[in-house]
Amino acid sequence: MRALGIILAGGNNERLLDLTHYRAVAAMPIAGCYRAIDFPLSNMSNSGIKKVAVITQYNSQSLIEHLSSSKWWDFGRKQGGLFVLSPHITSENSLWYRGTADAIYQNISFLKNSHEPYAIITSGDGIYRMNYNEVLEYHVSKRADMTIVCTEMDMEEAKNYGVIEMDDQNRIINFEEKPLEPQSRLASTGVYIIRRRLLIELLEEISKEGRFDIVNDIIIRYRKKKKIFAYVHQGYWKCIARLKGYYNANMDFLKKENRDYFFRTYPYIASKVADEPPAKFNFGAVVNNSLVGSGSIINGRVENSVTFRKVFVGEHSVVRNSLILDNAFIGKNCYIENCIVDSKSNLPDGSIYKGEKAEPRIVINKTPLYL
Amino acid sequence: MRKKEIIAMLLAGGQGSRLGILTKHLAKPAIAFGGKYKIIDFPLSNCINSGIDTVGVLTQYQPLRLNSHIGIGIPWDLDKTFGGVTILPPYLTSKTGEWYSGTANAVYQNIGFIDYYSPEYVLILSGDHIYKMDYEMMLSAHKNKNADVSIAVLEVPYDEAHRFGIMNTNEEDRIIEFEEKPEKPKSNLASMGIYIFNWKSLKEALLKVNGVQQKLDFGKHVIPYMLENEKDIYAYKFKGFWKDVGTLQAYWEANMELIDLVPEFNLYEAFWKIYTKNEMQPPGYTSPNAYIERCIIGEGTEIYGQVYNSVIGSNVCIGENTVIRDSIIMSDATICDGCEINKCIISEESHIGNGVKMGIGDNIISKDYPNLYNTGITVIGEKATIPDNITIGKNCALYGTLLPEYFDEGELLSGDSLIEEEVEL
Repeated sequence: MRALGIILAGGNNERLLDLTHYRAVAAMPIAGCYRAIDFPLSNMSNSGIKKVAVITQYNSQSLIEHLSSSKWWDFGRKQGGLFVLSPHITSENSLWYRGTADAIYQNISFLKNSHEPYAIITSGDGIYRMNYNEVLEYHVSKRADMTIVCTEMDMEEAKNYGVIEMDDQNRIINFEEKPLEPQSRLASTGVYIIRRRLLIELLEEISKEGRFDIVNDIIIRYRKKKKIFAYVHQGYWKCIARLKGYYNANMDFLKKENRDYFFRTYPYIASKVADEPPAKFNFGAVVNNSLVGSGSIINGRVENSVTFRKVFVGEHSVVRNSLILDNAFIGKNCYIENCIVDSKSNLPDGSIYKGEKAEPRIVINKTPLYL
Repeated sequence: MRKKEIIAMLLAGGQGSRLGILTKHLAKPAIAFGGKYKIIDFPLSNCINSGIDTVGVLTQYQPLRLNSHIGIGIPWDLDKTFGGVTILPPYLTSKTGEWYSGTANAVYQNIGFIDYYSPEYVLILSGDHIYKMDYEMMLSAHKNKNADVSIAVLEVPYDEAHRFGIMNTNEEDRIIEFEEKPEKPKSNLASMGIYIFNWKSLKEALLKVNGVQQKLDFGKHVIPYMLENEKDIYAYKFKGFWKDVGTLQAYWEANMELIDLVPEFNLYEAFWKIYTKNEMQPPGYTSPNAYIERCIIGEGTEIYGQVYNSVIGSNVCIGENTVIRDSIIMSDATICDGCEINKCIISEESHIGNGVKMGIGDNIISKDYPNLYNTGITVIGEKATIPDNITIGKNCALYGTLLPEYFDEGELLSGDSLIEEEVEL
């Protein structure tokens, strides 16, 4: 294989509020049965990449638990495999990762000991399908030093991302991180392709200067010195690192075209197998325009919502426009609207939670219930 | 020396001929059950949950589906370096080669496989029952009694006892007599087809009895031989749900029991999970106009119509204005718009066209196969195609790619069957 993969899944994120109190962003549950990292990880595996490193730091336990066996993504082979790289103390270094570039630099032996000519770097919080081979072909044909995958979005939305300006050859001439006034609709998806040796060289160079970030210290700083090209991704792409984005990305799966694109287009997105029984709809269940995960038991009304695995909804309860994460228990006569109910929450009988459509409310109640 | 204390031999070669076209191209253990499972998932999951990590699966009849389902045993954690799951089909030797003739003969032909693991005990299972059972408890009872053989038994109602192999025991649960389907049963302890043998005693018995008769079965030959030779045979009383889904009616009923509010056989307990092969597992989708009542619905299924009292598999599509009642729809089936389906079993990957009505009319027993289709259930075989706007009665059996001209005035009356022999395999 011509490339190795690096998934940056270490980021802390306060914009998901309490939902990431105990879990990494890359371990956020998506679409009823996935975790965010399943998308880049499956893309890697489906593109034939054999060797993948997942770089974790913040709240890594939830993620490591999910990655405890790499067989679900067809890694765990004699050649290559899945490597989870957490910060570690060596005789020279006892620091946490100080940035995306530093995280890779601290594991530079992983790069040095590989023989693949290219490295594909992606963030762990993007929901998308991509055949990285196509991007790699493009990268080679452009004779680029680095290729950044970008996607078009609204100007308003683009303010939250790295905005790219490119010339008619698609070479990047300007890159602004989270600009107040975006100059283009093209935003970086955080997927990069770079020659492995060049990456090693750049990482060593910037670390000598005490710089630690891929975007600021490599892309923006080297954009004139190196040939950095943009590859425009046409399909679905959404970042879940903000609450609204997370909520919308889940709700997008209520649309048939998105389900067909992610669930029914081969090669499939893989995830850790949960072995839950089929979902059960008892007498009195009314479920409209919703996704119901396996192992769920529904006795009440569920509308325009996504319930994840092993959710229980009691009699005469109403769930509207909400995300109910794994293992949540909702008692009888509850009313839940525009909420995100965290996994393993227990909502006693008669609970009422209402959020705003523009600002879904996070509901976390892990007090144990004794039935 | 490396060895296993106990290994399991799972008999999965049975045809299950009373299940009609459901077993046309697959063995009974490979039939779908409860939405996403296959029948063989239950004994296989019981094995790994009981700590038995070496299982030989004896296949003979239509093994293709079974082989691809089991693979190297990953879903059940039975992919092991020493042990794990091994599929054991009949094979040729330099002198002869023969099919498995009977359950015990199948084990006899695989003495080499068992000896490779040099076990103390061998657990014999059959691949066609639905139950959850801790074989480890049975093994410890077997050891406590110092038995040569333990046979799992279930208390059945006396008026049904004539359908089973009945064990007559003394007060210490020692089996003193075995009667196969007795007219006047002396006890109500029915054999579940689950045996634990001391491998030494079993091997000795197999070598003695094999070849005496054409067939060699555990119930008919091996156990009687051991009784004759005064071996220590004990009954192990099992309490819990155990179901033989041998007939279409029993199969249908066992599926329907799963949709009770709290089913006797509860798949939703966190303890004792049942594992199965599933590569793809997105959540099921229910459209704004859909209505679902008293159902279990598999993963990735899209429902646009109305479904009542039914068991739906994975990745099924049910179209708009379709009404389904009291039916079993297996995985990957597609049911188009405007259909009406009552009390049917629709097999995997079948395609039902628009406006098809099924299970309509009087309950007339099947003309060609009165022993199979007689309880009002209409059965569609796997990969069958039913064209648009066809009306199908009760007790019908349909198989193959069916064209509109095969139907008289777009109708198949109750009791008729339409089985199109396939051209390609």
